[in-house]
Amino acid sequence: MELIFSLSQPGRAAHAQIPEGNVVTSGLPEHLLRDVPPALPELSELDVVRHYTRLSQQNFSIDTHFYPLGSCTMKYNPRVCNSLAMLPGFIDRHPLAPEDTGQGYLQSLHELQELLADVTGMAAVSLAPMAGSQGEFAGVAMIRAWHDSRGDHARREIIVPDAAHGTNPATAAMCGYTVREIPTDAGGNVDLEALRAAVGPQTAGLMLTNPSTLGVFEQKIVEIAAIMHEAGGLLYYDGANLNAILGRIKPGDMGFDVIHINLHKTFATPHGGGGPGSGPVGVSARLLPFLPVPHIVRHGNQYRLADEHDFPQTIGRLSGFHGNAGVLLRAYTYARMLGSAGFERVSQYATLNANYLMTRLQQAGFDLAYPERRASHEFIITLKRLKDETGITAMDFAKRLLDYGFHAPTTYFPLLVPECLLIEPTETESKATLDAFVDAMVAVAGEARTSPEMVKTAPHRLPVRRLDDVRAAREPNLAFRE
Amino acid sequence: MPFIPHTEQDVAAMLAVIGADSPDRLFDEIPAGLDHRSDQQTAPALNEMQVTRLMNARAARDAQPLNFIGAGAYEHHVPAAVWQLATRGEFYTAYTPYQAEASQGTLQLIYEYQSMMTALTGMEVSNASLYDGASALAEAVLMAVRVQKGASNRVLMPKTVSPIWRKVIHTLVKNQGIELVELGYDAATGTTPLPENERDFAALVVPQPNFFGQLEEVDQLTDWAHQAGGQVIAVVNPVSLAVLKPPGQWGSRGADIAVGDGQPLGAPLSNGGPYYGFLTCRQSLVRQMPGRLVGATVDLDGKTGYTLTLQAREQHIRRAKATSNICTNQGLVVAASTIFMSLVGPQGLRGMALQSWRNTTDLINRATGLPSVQRAFAGTSFHEAVLRFDRPLAPVLKSMRADGILAGLDLGRDYPELGPALLVCATETKTGEDLQQYVDALLAAMERV
Repeated sequence: MELIFSLSQPGRAAHAQIPEGNVVTSGLPEHLLRDVPPALPELSELDVVRHYTRLSQQNFSIDTHFYPLGSCTMKYNPRVCNSLAMLPGFIDRHPLAPEDTGQGYLQSLHELQELLADVTGMAAVSLAPMAGSQGEFAGVAMIRAWHDSRGDHARREIIVPDAAHGTNPATAAMCGYTVREIPTDAGGNVDLEALRAAVGPQTAGLMLTNPSTLGVFEQKIVEIAAIMHEAGGLLYYDGANLNAILGRIKPGDMGFDVIHINLHKTFATPHGGGGPGSGPVGVSARLLPFLPVPHIVRHGNQYRLADEHDFPQTIGRLSGFHGNAGVLLRAYTYARMLGSAGFERVSQYATLNANYLMTRLQQAGFDLAYPERRASHEFIITLKRLKDETGITAMDFAKRLLDYGFHAPTTYFPLLVPECLLIEPTETESKATLDAFVDAMVAVAGEARTSPEMVKTAPHRLPVRRLDDVRAAREPNLAFRE
Repeated sequence: MPFIPHTEQDVAAMLAVIGADSPDRLFDEIPAGLDHRSDQQTAPALNEMQVTRLMNARAARDAQPLNFIGAGAYEHHVPAAVWQLATRGEFYTAYTPYQAEASQGTLQLIYEYQSMMTALTGMEVSNASLYDGASALAEAVLMAVRVQKGASNRVLMPKTVSPIWRKVIHTLVKNQGIELVELGYDAATGTTPLPENERDFAALVVPQPNFFGQLEEVDQLTDWAHQAGGQVIAVVNPVSLAVLKPPGQWGSRGADIAVGDGQPLGAPLSNGGPYYGFLTCRQSLVRQMPGRLVGATVDLDGKTGYTLTLQAREQHIRRAKATSNICTNQGLVVAASTIFMSLVGPQGLRGMALQSWRNTTDLINRATGLPSVQRAFAGTSFHEAVLRFDRPLAPVLKSMRADGILAGLDLGRDYPELGPALLVCATETKTGEDLQQYVDALLAAMERV
C-alpha cells in the first residue's frame, strides 16, 4: 500500500484536532527553536482513518485467523477486558496522583497480585515488569541480589538448557552473568548427568521452562530442583508455557524460587502486533525483600504503593511509573471471568487441543519430534523427511499455509529440531478449526510433492509475495525520506 | 465455560482420536505428587455483566480531579479515532510480525512510525519502540558504552533528568559495571552547567526540556561533550519537538542518540502505562541499537513490502551476545501514536506544544501574583515549571485537593535543597477558567494554612 506520506498535501489538516489559540513563539529563545517543521504528513481525518483501516486489513490476527504460533499462546482476547480497562476513571488518572484517587485501580491490582501468587504457589508477586523479558531481568537480578546479600560473590554463572528461549541467556548477560548451556536428552528432558557435571560453587541459578520449549513436561523436575539447591543455586521458572499447567500444577510446588508470568499469553491480554506485554514476577519467601518496586500493599481497606523505603533491599524500579498498568487491568478482568475452575479448564482444554491436533497430524503422515511423549499445550513436528524428499523447507511450508488462511506455526525454534514447526492451538479454538488446519497441512504436504516450485514461491494470495529479507538487511531502508 | 468452544460431543470425539479415556489422562507424564488442584482458593467466575458492574464501580471511585501534574506523563487530548483504530482486532490481536507477508499492516505502520520519529527528532534511524522512556534511556546508556567499545564505563547524568528515571537506569545497568556520575544543576537557572572538570566518560545525557521544565543550553553541552570524546544522549519530550530544535541539530554535530517517552503522542495517562519508549540515532550506530527494526524491501515481483530486519543484533539470534534481552515491546501503543501523529500533523502538534507552553506560563504568572509564591528558577521554562513557596507544601496541596485540584508534584523528597517546591504543568487541555480555578484554590489554601 502507499505510505501515509504519499497521501500528504501541504496545507491540509484534520482541523478538529488542532488546539484553539494563537501559536507564536515570541518569548522563547530563538537559538533553541527548530527552523523547519517536522516532516509529519498533512492529512484530513478521513484520510487517516481510511489509511489505517486498510492497513489493518493487511494483517493476520487472532480475530481474523487461526494463529497457532508455538510458545506465544495466541488465544482469544476477550473484548470486554479492553473496554473495562479503558473506562475514564482508569485511563484519566495520572500515575503520580494521590493514592486516594486510585483506590479502585489499586484494589484491582492488589487482588491480581494475590491471585497470581495463589495460582503459581509463590509467596508474593510483583506486577512491575513491563514484559516477559523484563520479568526475567527482575528474576535474575533478584537471584544475584540474594547471593550478594549472603556475601556469596563467587556465583558468576547461570545455566540454561539448549532449548531455552533466547531471552534467557540474553537476560543472564544483562545481569552480569556468564551463561553455560546444557544439552537435552533424546526424550526431550534436561540431561541430568550434564546438569550434575555443570553445577558447582560458581552456579548462581538455572533458568527453566516447564513444560519446555520442546512441548513436553520436564519429568525430572523434582530431581533438577534438588541438584540445583544442593549446589547452592536458585531455580528460575520461565512462565512462557504456564498455559499448559494453569490451575493444575504450581511452579512453587516444583521447587522454583522465582518465576515470571506472561500475562499476554496465559491471561489473554493482547499481543498488539508486538506488545505491550506484562511479565509479573513471583518469588518464594526468601526472595521477598528483593522484589522490584513499586509494590501494592493493603492496610485494612486502603491500598498504597510501597517503594524503596518499604523494601530497602529491592532490586529497584523497572519503569517510570507502575509498569503496564492498563495491561494489568485487562488481565485482572480476564482472571475474574475465569474464576478458579476456569484456570484449570484453560490448561485442560489447551492440552486436549494440542494432543488432538498432534495425533491427527501424526495419523496424516507428519513426523513428530517426540513421538513417544504426550504433547503439553504445544508440540513439534519436523519436516526434515519432507525436505530431504522434495526440497521444501519449513519456511516454504509456513509461507504456503498462509495462502490457506492459517497463520504459520513458529518455525526453526527450538533450534535443536531440524525443519521444525512448533504448534500451539490454545484452548479457545474449536475442533472444527483444528480439523480445517489438518486439511490445510495435508494439502500443503501434497503440493510439496506435486508442485514444489509453487510452494517454494509462496505465498501467492497475500498482499505481497515472498519478501527479500537479504536485501532488507544488506541495504537497510529504515525510514521514508522525501 | 468462558471462551472455550467445546461441546461434550467434541470432547468425546477428540479423546477417541487420541485414544485416551479422559482429559486427565493427557497429564499422565507429570509426577502425581505435583497435582495441586485441590489447593486453589475458590473464586467464583463472573460473567460479562457481573464483571462490568464490578469494574464500572471501581473506575467510578477513581473519577479524577482537575490535574496539573506532569513530571513525565502529560495530559493531552487524544482524538477519538486513535484508539478506535488501534483496537481494531487486526492490530490488537496480531503478534510480532514474524511472518512478514501476513503482517504488512503492522510492518508498514512501524515503518511509518520510524519515519515520523526520525523526522521529529532529526535523527537518521529509529527502532520500533522500547518499554518506556526510562528504560529507553537505560538502553541508550548501554548502547553508548558499547559504541565506545568499553573505553569508558562512566556516563554523566544530570540531576535535571527525572529522579524516577535515574533510579530505573541504576536498576537496569548496575550489574554491567556502568558508573552513573551525577551532575548538579545551577541553583539560579535550574539547568546543567558545562561539567568542565569531567574527563574520561562514554556519554553525557542532556534532557530538553529538563525535569524542572527549564530549557538547557543544548548546543553548548553537545559540543563540549563531543570535544571531550563522549557521545551525547538527548532526552526529549516528543510534543516539544514541534517547536524546539531537534537533537539531530544540537551543536555542530548533533546528538548521537535521542530517547524519550512516547506517551504524550496519543497514550492516555492510564495510571502510568502502557506507554512506550522511543530511541533514534545516527545511521552509523544502527547495529548497536536494541529492539526491533522494520525495513523496506521488495517481493518476488519487485513490489515494495516491509519486514523485520537487522535481526542479528537480537536475543533470538545472538542469545547471550545480543544488544539487549528485549523481545516484545509496546507495538499497540506505537500503532496509536502513529495514528495520532498522522491526525494532528505538524500544525496540530505545534499547537499542542505552544498552547501547553502558553498555559503553563499563564498559570505561573497568575500564581506568582500571590505574595508567598515565586518562580524557583530564572531562564526559560517550557510546558512545566517549578513554583517555590514560603511555607510547607503538604497542607497547601491537601487544601487544593479538597477543592478538586491536583496542584502539581511536590519536589521535597527528591530535591530537598529547593525547600517547598512544586512542579506544575498546564497542557492545552486546560482553559482560562481552569487556570483561574487553580489560582482561586491556591489563594484559599494560603488563607487556610
